[in-house]
Amino acid sequence: MWEIKHSKPATFYDRFERKSGDTEITHYCPGCGHGVLHKLVAEAIDDFGIQDRAILVGCVGCSIFMYYYMDVGNISSSHGRAPAVATGVKRARPEAIVFCYQGDGDLAAIGGNEILHAANRGEPITVFFVNNGIYGMTGGQMAPTTPLGQKTTTSPRGRTAQVEGPPIRMCELLSTLDGPAYIERVALTDAKHHMRARKAVRKALKNQMEGRGFSFIEVLSACPSNWKVSPKDAIQWVEKNMVPIFPLQVFRDEDKHGATPLCLRHGTSPERKIPAGPKIQESAVRGAIAGGELGEVSMKLAGFGGQGVLFSGLALAEAALREGLQVSWIPSYGPEMRGGTANCHVRISKSPIASPLINRPSSLMVFNQPSLEKFADQVLPGGLLLANSSMVTDIPDLPDIQIVRVPAYEAARDLGNVKAANMIMLGAYLEITRAVAQEAILAAFTDNGMRPNLLKANVAALEAGRRIVSGTRLQNPQLRL
Amino acid sequence: MRQLLKGNHAVVRGAIAAGCKAYFGYPITPASEIAESASMLFPESGGVFIPAESEIGSIQMLFGAASAGVRAMTASSGPGISLMQEGISYMAGAELPGLIVNIMRAGPGLGNLGVEQGDYFQAVKGGGHGNYRTPVFAPNSVQEMCDLTMHAFDVADRYRNPVVVMADGALGQMMEPVEIPQTAPEEPDKPWAIRGDAATRKNLITSIFLEHHVQEALITKLEDKYREMEEKEVKWEEFQTEDFDIIIIAYGICSRIAREAVEMARAEGMRIGLLRPISLFPFPSKRIRQLAGKAYSILVFELSSGKMVEDVRLAVNGITPVELLRRTGGMMPTSEEIVTVLKTMERECVGNKA
Ligand SMILES: Cc1ncc(C[n+]2csc(CCOP(=O)(O)OP(=O)(O)O)c2C)c(N)n1
Ligand code: SF4
Repeated sequence: MWEIKHSKPATFYDRFERKSGDTEITHYCPGCGHGVLHKLVAEAIDDFGIQDRAILVGCVGCSIFMYYYMDVGNISSSHGRAPAVATGVKRARPEAIVFCYQGDGDLAAIGGNEILHAANRGEPITVFFVNNGIYGMTGGQMAPTTPLGQKTTTSPRGRTAQVEGPPIRMCELLSTLDGPAYIERVALTDAKHHMRARKAVRKALKNQMEGRGFSFIEVLSACPSNWKVSPKDAIQWVEKNMVPIFPLQVFRDEDKHGATPLCLRHGTSPERKIPAGPKIQESAVRGAIAGGELGEVSMKLAGFGGQGVLFSGLALAEAALREGLQVSWIPSYGPEMRGGTANCHVRISKSPIASPLINRPSSLMVFNQPSLEKFADQVLPGGLLLANSSMVTDIPDLPDIQIVRVPAYEAARDLGNVKAANMIMLGAYLEITRAVAQEAILAAFTDNGMRPNLLKANVAALEAGRRIVSGTRLQNPQLRL
Repeated sequence: MRQLLKGNHAVVRGAIAAGCKAYFGYPITPASEIAESASMLFPESGGVFIPAESEIGSIQMLFGAASAGVRAMTASSGPGISLMQEGISYMAGAELPGLIVNIMRAGPGLGNLGVEQGDYFQAVKGGGHGNYRTPVFAPNSVQEMCDLTMHAFDVADRYRNPVVVMADGALGQMMEPVEIPQTAPEEPDKPWAIRGDAATRKNLITSIFLEHHVQEALITKLEDKYREMEEKEVKWEEFQTEDFDIIIIAYGICSRIAREAVEMARAEGMRIGLLRPISLFPFPSKRIRQLAGKAYSILVFELSSGKMVEDVRLAVNGITPVELLRRTGGMMPTSEEIVTVLKTMERECVGNKA
């Protein structure tokens, strides 16, 4: 049986209605390689019966208007970004056959990073890379693939290795990666090489249909207009000037990921699955804020990173949540943390909280001397200063402030748990203020899956903190702590 | 049930609740928790997560997923958002929906991680090339980090335009109680998308229109959309605007500090109100103009060299004096400082009143 091929593949539009002017002919120059490669791609799509599934992600270059011709889903992307766009398409629609078609400026220069990482991810897409050694669309400027010595409008004296660097070989470069499944370079020169190109194009698409990974075909292709040679001489130009720099061969034909590319392990599913929220037990016992005996808490906690400062603040905040209160917690973040200091602001109130940021705290819990020096001045008159006296040894005279010293490290050492100093401080704070109930804090710990032995140790530390300050009461209970 | 979440985490919860299926992102402080949390939760929720090679990659992947008709998002901070401007412009030109979250830091350049609002013009005026805008929503609480993220997807789909949610390091890092909605509005059909099937094969997603009159027609269409947004999508919140001499205008974290200042000033007997723009584009110009008619003066409070103040002045159009209180670089005025400024302004007001 002979298959009769029409001059236009079915995947080509009969008339190029998207094009202005003559809708019968393409916009390419005589002898241009793009049209030939379009045809090879379109025929393969026909033969594999994948026209409906095929999505072309076009590039910026002479082939930008490929969507005039190809009757497939068409997305035109910005210069060089087609592999990233194709990644988004393929992940969203794993059943689609997604292919990029890019020039050498597009892929090897401006889009170098996008192609590199799509290849490295083993993104199961197909990339057709047209290497004509020049920027066609913009009128013959030097491309990263331009041969040495070649004069272009931006290398008027000829490209030199010293000034512009030597030509870049994308197949070889991508072959250093484990991600790609298939890499081959072909050339649109004589009939034999056309056949090789045809085979490569088909294989690159077939791979995707079979769920294999990233396939990359580089096609050495003529640009007679910008090389300023005749269409006939352009073929020889490819053979003479390009093939020696860009050897024609298969660079990779092995899917190191196995049959289903790793990156498609998770596709998208149309249904909405909302992750379950955390467990939150409401606390039956409530502290002084919920009970109305105490106004709001506006508190700063400060110390070195690693002292558990943020965690103490968070424990208070989580407890307040479980007492049905309004709460905000805001940490210092970024390099500030790496510098070794950590602090957080905690507000707890029965009514909506205006600002989560606190510049005049009514209570301050300091874990080290520098924090005291930084924040002590800010405490409101009548406020509370709770100091880890194991480390804060030099407390200035603060006439209007209630100062409570807690030797948290000594106490923690006595418990045989030096890490518990922050819980000892927290216990002392609870004992003095009763702001939230200890039960609410423990509820937060169990909700967050704290292991029983750690929970036990923390309870012991909270209790130890309470004992140290037992009998101490807020001197100024009216204060909006 | 309320849960305690960081603002950055609330963004991801909201996105998933809104049916967002694809997250593409590159880490940057103070936005990284969004990518981290998405990498955990998206795959568990029927979605995909890709740690992109750059913010250029992120936004282009978003372009691809949006072209394929899937709700998708990315998030970053200033330096990364700058890299995304190319993609955002292309999305606007190709009329693609999508969400970009900007957890602002101080700039220009690498700047620092402090709380700043210097990206206002970039977000609100169309930060890339060409004639386009993006709706911009500015949350001021962790709950709104979730809610406005959800809302942003609806607006993006309704207008086929990228949408920005713009917050700052404080909102991203702080924790507050949040209720995650369990239901969300249905996603509209997207017959224009390219799904890799017969029904959508003839579709074309592009932003190139060679013929000038066709390009102009596109721009006119975009302008119509933006005008419609100005009619339908303006959001703001008012606090204590029943009676006032001075009105404060502040958005994002500044509006929280301003609210505290209003409470303090009212406690001292001053008549101060607060208007908080929630949508920065479209801007609540009409409402500001109305309130300006009743105010003796207006105080704009923002953490930039003075950017939103220009939109306020355009809205007020000279009928009321507009003062600016601002800090930059991560510096943050306190509520006490705002009250001090208000007191000075009030003294001038009394002069105006007389
Ligand atoms: C960001 C950006 N920079 C520059 C351009 C201009 N531009 C359009 S096509 C092109 C080069 C195209 O050359 P190539 O990729 O080799 O494709 P060819 O035209 O040769 O097929 C350039 C520089 C652009 N469109 N976008
Ligand atoms: S300029 Fe070169 S690449 Fe472009 S259409 Fe003409 S021959 Fe082809």
